[in-house]
Amino acid sequence: MTDGVTQASGDHLIVFDQVNKWFGNLHVLRDVGLRVRRGEVVVVIGPSGGGKSTLCRVVNRLEPINSGTIWFDGRRLPEEGRQLARLRSEVGMVFQSFNLFAHKTILENVTLGPVKVRRERPATARDRAMSLLDRVGITDQANKYPAQLSGGQQQRAAIARALAMQPKAMLFDEPTSALDPEMVGEVLDVMTTLARDGMTMVVVTHEMGFARHAANRVVFMADGQLVEEAPPAEFFGNPRSDRAKDFLSKILTH
Amino acid sequence: MNVLVDNFDVFAGGFWVTLQVCLLSTAGALLLGTGAAVLRISPIPPLRWMGTAYVTVIRNAPLTVIFFFVAFGLPALGSNAAFLDIPGLNKVFSRLGIDLPYFRFAILALSVYTGAFVCEALRSGVNAVAAGQAEAARALGLTFTQNLRYVILPQAWKAAVVPLGTVLIAMIKNSALAGFFGLSGDLSQAAQDLAIVKALPVVPVFIGISIGFLVMTVPLGLLLDRVERRRAVAR
Repeated sequence: MTDGVTQASGDHLIVFDQVNKWFGNLHVLRDVGLRVRRGEVVVVIGPSGGGKSTLCRVVNRLEPINSGTIWFDGRRLPEEGRQLARLRSEVGMVFQSFNLFAHKTILENVTLGPVKVRRERPATARDRAMSLLDRVGITDQANKYPAQLSGGQQQRAAIARALAMQPKAMLFDEPTSALDPEMVGEVLDVMTTLARDGMTMVVVTHEMGFARHAANRVVFMADGQLVEEAPPAEFFGNPRSDRAKDFLSKILTH
Repeated sequence: MNVLVDNFDVFAGGFWVTLQVCLLSTAGALLLGTGAAVLRISPIPPLRWMGTAYVTVIRNAPLTVIFFFVAFGLPALGSNAAFLDIPGLNKVFSRLGIDLPYFRFAILALSVYTGAFVCEALRSGVNAVAAGQAEAARALGLTFTQNLRYVILPQAWKAAVVPLGTVLIAMIKNSALAGFFGLSGDLSQAAQDLAIVKALPVVPVFIGISIGFLVMTVPLGLLLDRVERRRAVAR
């Protein structure tokens, strides 16, 4: 535990140490070690089934790990219960399939967490929600239901919902993979602005353009292992591992 | 058909008693069923076991047996279900407060029995809510209870309305058994009284009784169709 404090001290917000995760016989995370500094944008790329989403989902314990340790903001991830709920409220998460609450309006989606989890006054939560919706460019959709919005608008609403909790870090699990091509840009724009504003972000994505211009660091993941990590220019310009070279040659030739 | 007209007050009285039994049992069954459903999906294993045990035992026992246990078992244990004599509620449903316990017994038996089915209908509704909804709620930091209350159950109710309606229609018809376990003056006991004690022609008597049940079940069915259609539009 003392070891943990020293490991997690300093400017590292998220620390993975020897993390292992199995789904049955499938070893999805193999001895993963990763440190994310405050304000850093880490983009995780790699082939499907390589453990990228799981890497993202273990940070707020949506998936429990089998061995190893994860620290968030200097604390070990708590077990199920109120402690865990509190930690989750400090980590924003954006899903591939948006997961907006289908029975609530966009505004209600954004205010639910602040009002029920943070016990904020509804008026306060509402004001911040509206300014966040303005920030992601969908104020005019505030009173509509998720199903009435386009995919891009829904995902921007989902980002606003996560930001409403004023999180210390944001996790993005393939946020543009379910979008029509013409809507990818509007979501990436919001994410780029967020990155520029200094938000700590872990982004699992297939958008190489975003990785190039918004990431501080690219992490290449395959078969449950962190194969390679480097600044984007270095990674895309001169990948060291064969696995990464092979992956990049397949996606960049089109 | 004179039987129907001449005994209208008996049929109407029976209808009123059965309606009261059904309204109160619906409330009881919804409460018990929701409670059991929450137990069955809770993250704590012993609570899940309790919920599962209730559903397994009650859903698989014949209603007659449950009526039997309530009507004969409870008095043997020294209870006359007086806890159902709820202040306020007994002003509207005065029979809750009377000495003869059979009205309360009928409500208890029907609630406990139907609750198991309500639980499963609700659970099917919960399962119909996309897994991502609960996940998003957890990711925001909502506790299990908040997640249920604000995210899952409101959506589960909508998905469960049609199976729930079927369960409640079945309960209304099942209430006919109450007349054979001491309840007097409901539709089934009225039928028994008219056809056997007063020896009136059986067929018209049972037509009258059937009308009494249809007046409750058919509108409920129509209401459910409407709710279902509104849901279809909302999607």
